[in-house]
Amino acid sequence: MKQFITFVKKEFLHVFRDRKTLLILFGLPIVQIVLFGFALTNEIKHSRIVVCDYARDNASQQIINKLEAGTQFVIEQSLLSHDQIESAFKSGKIKLVVVFPAHFYSDLQHFNKAQLQLITDASDPNTANTLSSYASRIVMDYQNELAGQHTIPYRINTVIRMIYNPELKAAVNFIPGVMSLILLLVCVLMTSVSIVKEKENGTMEVLLVSPFNPILVIISKTIPYLVLSLVNLSVILLLSVFVLGMPVNGSITLLYLVSTLFIITALSLGLLISNSTASQQSAMLISLMGMLIPSILFTGFMFPLENMPYALQLISNIVPAKWYYIIVKSIMIKGLGFSAIWKETLILSGMTVILLFVNIRKFKIRLA
Amino acid sequence: MRTLRFLLQKEFRQIFRNKALLPIIFFAPIIQLLVLPLAADYEIKNINITVVDNDHSGFSQKLISKIAASGYFKLADYAGSFNAGFHQMENDKSDLILEIPQGFERNLVRENEQNLFIAINAINGVKANLGGAYLNQIIADYNADIRLKWMPASKFNPMPAIEVTTSNWFNPSMNYRYYMVPGILVILVTMIASYLCALNIVKEKEAGTIEQINVTPIRKYQFILGKLIPFWVIGMFIFSVGLFGVGWLVYGIVPVGNLVLLYGYLSVYLIALLGLGLLISTYSETQQQAMSVAFFFMMVFILMSGLFTPIESMPRWAYAITQCSPVTYFVEVVRMIVLKGSSFENIRYHFLIMTGFAVLLNSWAILNYRKTS
Repeated sequence: MKQFITFVKKEFLHVFRDRKTLLILFGLPIVQIVLFGFALTNEIKHSRIVVCDYARDNASQQIINKLEAGTQFVIEQSLLSHDQIESAFKSGKIKLVVVFPAHFYSDLQHFNKAQLQLITDASDPNTANTLSSYASRIVMDYQNELAGQHTIPYRINTVIRMIYNPELKAAVNFIPGVMSLILLLVCVLMTSVSIVKEKENGTMEVLLVSPFNPILVIISKTIPYLVLSLVNLSVILLLSVFVLGMPVNGSITLLYLVSTLFIITALSLGLLISNSTASQQSAMLISLMGMLIPSILFTGFMFPLENMPYALQLISNIVPAKWYYIIVKSIMIKGLGFSAIWKETLILSGMTVILLFVNIRKFKIRLA
Repeated sequence: MRTLRFLLQKEFRQIFRNKALLPIIFFAPIIQLLVLPLAADYEIKNINITVVDNDHSGFSQKLISKIAASGYFKLADYAGSFNAGFHQMENDKSDLILEIPQGFERNLVRENEQNLFIAINAINGVKANLGGAYLNQIIADYNADIRLKWMPASKFNPMPAIEVTTSNWFNPSMNYRYYMVPGILVILVTMIASYLCALNIVKEKEAGTIEQINVTPIRKYQFILGKLIPFWVIGMFIFSVGLFGVGWLVYGIVPVGNLVLLYGYLSVYLIALLGLGLLISTYSETQQQAMSVAFFFMMVFILMSGLFTPIESMPRWAYAITQCSPVTYFVEVVRMIVLKGSSFENIRYHFLIMTGFAVLLNSWAILNYRKTS
């Protein structure tokens, strides 16, 4: 036991001696959580659009005013020819063109029916879709106002309640996602290098000839990183709550316990990479090339998992951050207790056990 | 010139000798490009809806089947009560709850007006908004059906109707993959080029071999060119395989724009990125440091490049940050050239900025690079 403590102390010293790395390890999560917490949003606002108003009448003007009133659109200019539309799209300056045909208002008055065309830059289908549905909704509103003068019989109204995030803040969705992402990647990155570095420097041999249980070697290597990650977690949480205004509706103790589990999962994954590679360069490339984008996508905070092809949904199950993201949402935002997250916790525990087991096996093989 | 040739020979040999590294450099990006675009689809569909039908009337039945047939919603369940439905929302089994009050049909006919209650899981605000809008639209259609049925057509004073037609240019089938593949390709090439470059030099520092090179009569610029050129070539190669091998053959994306223009931009872009890698390496002492810094930049670059989320909607200061990242420009340019066939005129500004990045990052790195330490 005494040996073990000495060992852990040594590892701590190792980590703390490298001030530059330490600064990076602490600085990055802070900068990132604030940056992404404030900046990331899936909302589409301030999109530049062009209005081709061939009608120049009351109705078209009123609709244009409505388009301009919200935050979604910025009316860039009025174009008239079709060629100009194409070149405007190609220059990437605008996303949508609204075309009012001539006699728009008189058609509406005389035939109770008028046409309006939306032309979108569908090279970005998501934005195109969203913008045209925003615009259609504004036109619908105008139409309802026109109809509002008559009383309409058999009217079905809807009462909508937004639960968990009534203000529809993007941060509520993104913070738990970014939290999972940062904790996972920082842990994996840090530990993936630890053993491989000693291998590269040749100091591993020294460790292996010492009368010390190899399992304890692994454990003592990860303890400083575990502590660092817990500090990181606390900083991230403090920032989320006090700077970004995120709630913690559930038990903070539970959040810490499960986060510790998640950190251990990530550390074991890092160790596995460290155990299976021969150079720091490959270890780092694997943890970044192999993990960065897949983790972003398969955590589920950016793109809904249920939209993905079934095979990819299966793949997403092996991404630890996916489960942690669900847990964080449940505890922080929904304020649920352990009974709601036992399944996810169990999965993370299972992953950890398997990873550690494989690690120990691999490590022993190298010993022999 | 001869010196440079030997240096290049050495670098290429070192890269190709490393059997552990090769698959990461060449296969990892290609496999990811094959798989990831399938995952990056933001189209909102399959919204899980729980219906709490307290009315059990013909009207409510018809509304429910209309919702189920719309294609946007998946009926997760019928719940007996709102609380039971809410429990499903807590467990992520359902995104939306529609509660039809008791006496819905009777009241609608008698009182001419009736409310429906909708509760939406709004953690993802955009999804919530769109889900609510879709449901509202379906209910409005349904309402119009009822009116038609209950009111004699002759007496019905037709409401003013504005018919909105939409025409989608450049991607009429609205295929999200066309949009994602070029963007993801950019990121993969970016990561490979900048990581490799940064790590490679720091590795020589750590191993001490850089000292050996420094005492030879190799000039500073020769050494740096010797480091940059191989990764520039690799970047070009991976981009080509991704664009033609995966983008064209697998996803059927035929670049509509000028390829010379695209490759011209790519060349400048890679020079800028390699400059960044070089810069990072001059500031780091260990591979771990270089990696952590590169990781930081990469994460900011990826998440704030407009690849996954729109950047115009960001707060002004954040938007300003996106404009300081070379990745933002290339993600935009590659989509413009490949999908819309934009010309040099359209991307002149992007070209200018990228050249600026290339000059700035490389000069900074070279000035900061010390042959004698």
